[in-house]
Amino acid sequence: MFLINCPFCGEREQSEFKAGGEAHIVRPKQPTELSDDEWAEYLFMRKNIKGVQFERWNHIHGCRKWFNMVRDTSNDQIKAVYKMGEKPPVK
Amino acid sequence: MSNSLRFKTSKFIDETYRVSFKFNNKTYFGFKGDTLASALLANGIHLVGRSFKYHRPRGIMTSGSEEPNAIIQLHDNSSRTEPNVRATEVEIYEGLVASSQNCWPNVNFDIGGINNLLSPILPAGFYYKTFMWPASFWEKYEYFIRKSAGLGKSPKVADPDIYEHNYIHCDVLIIGAGISGIIAAKMAAKNGFKTLLVDEKSYLGGSSIYDNSEFSKINNQITSSWLEKEINEISKLENLEIKTTTSIAAFHGYNFLLARENLTDHLPINQRNGKVRQKLLKIRAKKVITATGSIERPLIFDNNDRPGILLSSAIKKYIDLYGVACGENNILFTNNDTAYETALSLIQRGIKINAIIDNREQIDSKISYEVEKNNIKIYKGYSVVDTYGYKRINKISIMKLSKDGQKLIGEKIKLNCDCLGVSGGWTPAVHLFTQSGGKLKFREEDQVFIPEVYPSDQISIGSCNGDFSLDEVVKNTLSSIKKFLNIDNSEFKTIEIISGLNQSKRNIWLLPSDKSIGKTKSFVDYQNDATSKDIKLALREGFRSIEHVKRYTTTGMGTDQGKLGNMHALGIISETAGTKMGEHGTTTFRPPYTPLTFGAIVGRNVGEFFDIFRRTPIHDWHIANNAKFENVGQWKRAWYYPKKNENMHQAVQRESKAARDSAGILDASTLGKIDIQGTDASEFLNRVYTNAWSKLAIGKCRYGLMLNEDGMVYDDGVTTRLGENHYIMTTTTGGAANVLGKLEDYLQTEWPELDVYLSSVTDHYATISVCGPNSKKIVSKVIPDLNFSDEKFPHMSFKDSKINNIKCRVMRISFTGEHSYEINIQANYGKSVWEKCMEAGKDFNITPYGTETMHLLRAEKGFIIVGQDTDATMTPIDLQMDWIVSKKKYDFIGKRSLYRSDTIREDRKQLVGLLTENPDDVLEEGAQIVADIKKTPIEMLGHVTSSYYSPNLKKSIALGVVKGGKKMLGQKLIIPMENKNINVTVADPVFLDKEGERLNAKL
Ligand SMILES: [Zn+2]
Repeated sequence: MFLINCPFCGEREQSEFKAGGEAHIVRPKQPTELSDDEWAEYLFMRKNIKGVQFERWNHIHGCRKWFNMVRDTSNDQIKAVYKMGEKPPVK
Repeated sequence: MSNSLRFKTSKFIDETYRVSFKFNNKTYFGFKGDTLASALLANGIHLVGRSFKYHRPRGIMTSGSEEPNAIIQLHDNSSRTEPNVRATEVEIYEGLVASSQNCWPNVNFDIGGINNLLSPILPAGFYYKTFMWPASFWEKYEYFIRKSAGLGKSPKVADPDIYEHNYIHCDVLIIGAGISGIIAAKMAAKNGFKTLLVDEKSYLGGSSIYDNSEFSKINNQITSSWLEKEINEISKLENLEIKTTTSIAAFHGYNFLLARENLTDHLPINQRNGKVRQKLLKIRAKKVITATGSIERPLIFDNNDRPGILLSSAIKKYIDLYGVACGENNILFTNNDTAYETALSLIQRGIKINAIIDNREQIDSKISYEVEKNNIKIYKGYSVVDTYGYKRINKISIMKLSKDGQKLIGEKIKLNCDCLGVSGGWTPAVHLFTQSGGKLKFREEDQVFIPEVYPSDQISIGSCNGDFSLDEVVKNTLSSIKKFLNIDNSEFKTIEIISGLNQSKRNIWLLPSDKSIGKTKSFVDYQNDATSKDIKLALREGFRSIEHVKRYTTTGMGTDQGKLGNMHALGIISETAGTKMGEHGTTTFRPPYTPLTFGAIVGRNVGEFFDIFRRTPIHDWHIANNAKFENVGQWKRAWYYPKKNENMHQAVQRESKAARDSAGILDASTLGKIDIQGTDASEFLNRVYTNAWSKLAIGKCRYGLMLNEDGMVYDDGVTTRLGENHYIMTTTTGGAANVLGKLEDYLQTEWPELDVYLSSVTDHYATISVCGPNSKKIVSKVIPDLNFSDEKFPHMSFKDSKINNIKCRVMRISFTGEHSYEINIQANYGKSVWEKCMEAGKDFNITPYGTETMHLLRAEKGFIIVGQDTDATMTPIDLQMDWIVSKKKYDFIGKRSLYRSDTIREDRKQLVGLLTENPDDVLEEGAQIVADIKKTPIEMLGHVTSSYYSPNLKKSIALGVVKGGKKMLGQKLIIPMENKNINVTVADPVFLDKEGERLNAKL
């Protein structure tokens, strides 16, 4: 079980958090102008990387804040956490 | 008791405390301090079970948690009965009852033993190959296989014991209290680290605590004496907590570990009541020191599984720790020096050793010379080739090994014995290390896997790290702990080690036989009866990966997880395939390290605490009034209120009729409520609901439908505008938490620019819904201050008011199609307002109704229930709810998906009403809907989602989803059931009062 450093609360058990999939996928501002394929790209396509991945997490049983995490999915090492809207750290 | 096998030399056995116990229905005696295994051995009993596949007689093989054979059923037939317990780990107590588990009808005459004679037809993969074909025969085979295989019996009644979960946080966790663990504990605790030391045994010190040999000394003291003093010293340290009989079950990432602490298993049953039996410890450690030691390897030769064959280290432990001799005519068989330590322990007590068979040609160590001095014959360069004796070993035959160790040469010699100790060297216990994600490396010189890459802040020390000599163990422990804890002071002055052992070893994974391999039974996995022959067969059949070989042969898949034989399996694979060790992978050790009881896993979460539930503020009233409850999410909701002998159908019919004829009352407190505030609240609702919200006037309510981004219906409910920048949203009971999560997600990540704040207020309010033609009269009495005239208080509007000076919110909204009001009041007043409504409604036959009636009433009106009439594949268009999807709004969640090529298909499943030809036929929810039953395969067009008998319409009504259903109005369809086909007609889903006359009736 991970220890996750919530950017708002500090270190907490993984059981307080919920994973929210890949990060930095921005909802299109004008969905109606997209083709079916372009919309499907946003809606369904995810990278699911083995290795370093940028993810969204929610401190659902804590401050309820969403934030981003950089995690190596092959060994579960958490490389960084940062708030929504902040720039992702460079590898 | 006849006790030539018991020696009064052990400090660990209390000979003044005699304990009687029953094994296989016979009474025996042992002493306090004995394990079941040591007590049985003291009584001359080796045969304790039968092997899994061939049902060969099996005896106690080890003295610890690695035991593959002595697997017993503890507490026969009682509520505490427990299968798969290792006799080597059970401390005996007065009145203990145990029996062999893998035999039928009994251990001495076992019907499955016939498998042993049939073994040529029972090779690897036998079960897969034979019993799976033809598939229909499996049922017949299964009965006999289960009966004769027998993996113990599970209890038939509730466990009377109490279990607990505890959290522990520490700076340093040390796993294993052997010599290296004890040294590490002293260093950590004395340097100010909050330290926890755990060991699975009931005593501290590991195998060194009974090492009384003159040939291994620390600072010129016998190892055990030196260690005793150290243990004595650390047990006084304040920041060191020591837990014995505590086994680490799992070592997860981030130094999170699970341990099982046994507290009462050693007590007589009558002393256990009211005490916690086991604790599951959830340990979070900043640093972990693994000192789990090593497990002695057996040797793989023909018939290496007879009762009376034990690990050499187990024989030493039984005599040194328990004062029990495993045999009177012993032979030791080894490829390294440790068997000579066993020999010295036996010699010291005058127990006869007939011979030592050593694979090595050259033996050069002080202890081997000492053994030879005692006139014990050592066969150097020899190997055991066969053993004899059915229920107990009585003879072995040996031959000389060729130079390369692959063949046998010379004459076969037969030697008598009643006990054979085997030692194939040592395997570091790296199970927990690998569980944590650690990577191993293979050390060629002594053929062991040892830790290489640590995934967290942890270290392995002692023999689990591949340090086998006392000298290495102590010195490397000191230096690596200093480095690991970053401390200067080791707390130990100079340590001088004397050891009589030499580390030389002649490793041969599979010893040669004078028979062809097809005729041998050299067991690699004792518990699962996997032999070297099986492994070779698997390789011949093309298996390569160790994980595949393991599953095909079942090697390492027993309750002992192959603690003894996995290394040999790997060795035989690599020798046969001509590859390097580790090239085909090492097997993955999965938690738990030793089996966990279900009791420890669930802890106190049993009975009513198994799954927590939520009660409304009116719950007690429902109970007092005979409500039956149904689970909705975590809520207990009143389902229906039967009167006298009413069944559910009768109660629901009565409740439904009363609600439409006069008045009904429903506890709606479980509906999710989200308080929404902020200057952008209206814009926010515009974006999350399909319909428009900007123009909703203050004091008005509106029904909203929420979609997922893929266009599918997600939730629904009524939202009320309380003020300019203030709304209260209701959600479905089950969806409340998820809806809040989803809204927060959009607010925080997609639209952070919006000034909107969300709070869950579900628990803050009780919600009471009063409906029916007399509802207005009733609520007027309860809230006399409020003007209920239709002009002032029309449908879909809200008023603030007070009941006895307590603020409340009243909404005129309806889920039944009747004129109805919803009173929301601070939760703790809920029950009293409910009672006021009941009192006020007395003259109007006010009838409390539950969720079942609520569902029926709304189905009459064709209102959907999200999650019952929808699944995650229904769009609002599929639901015939086009009216609620705004054409004008530029965007809302899910909008774009509503005209994807897939969502605009006309043959999607769509919601329709269904009327049965015979109005008394009530359809089954979930029943399939078809059009043509003559053409096979019959095409399934959809299914029934809601179905009731309507007392108000006096006929059966149903909702269902049907492919292209929107265009099928009036069409005949068929519901094929087990006994008959039911004819139905597709109808409008609104069955009652389509014009809304009841809703808007002037009362
Ligand atoms: Zn937080």
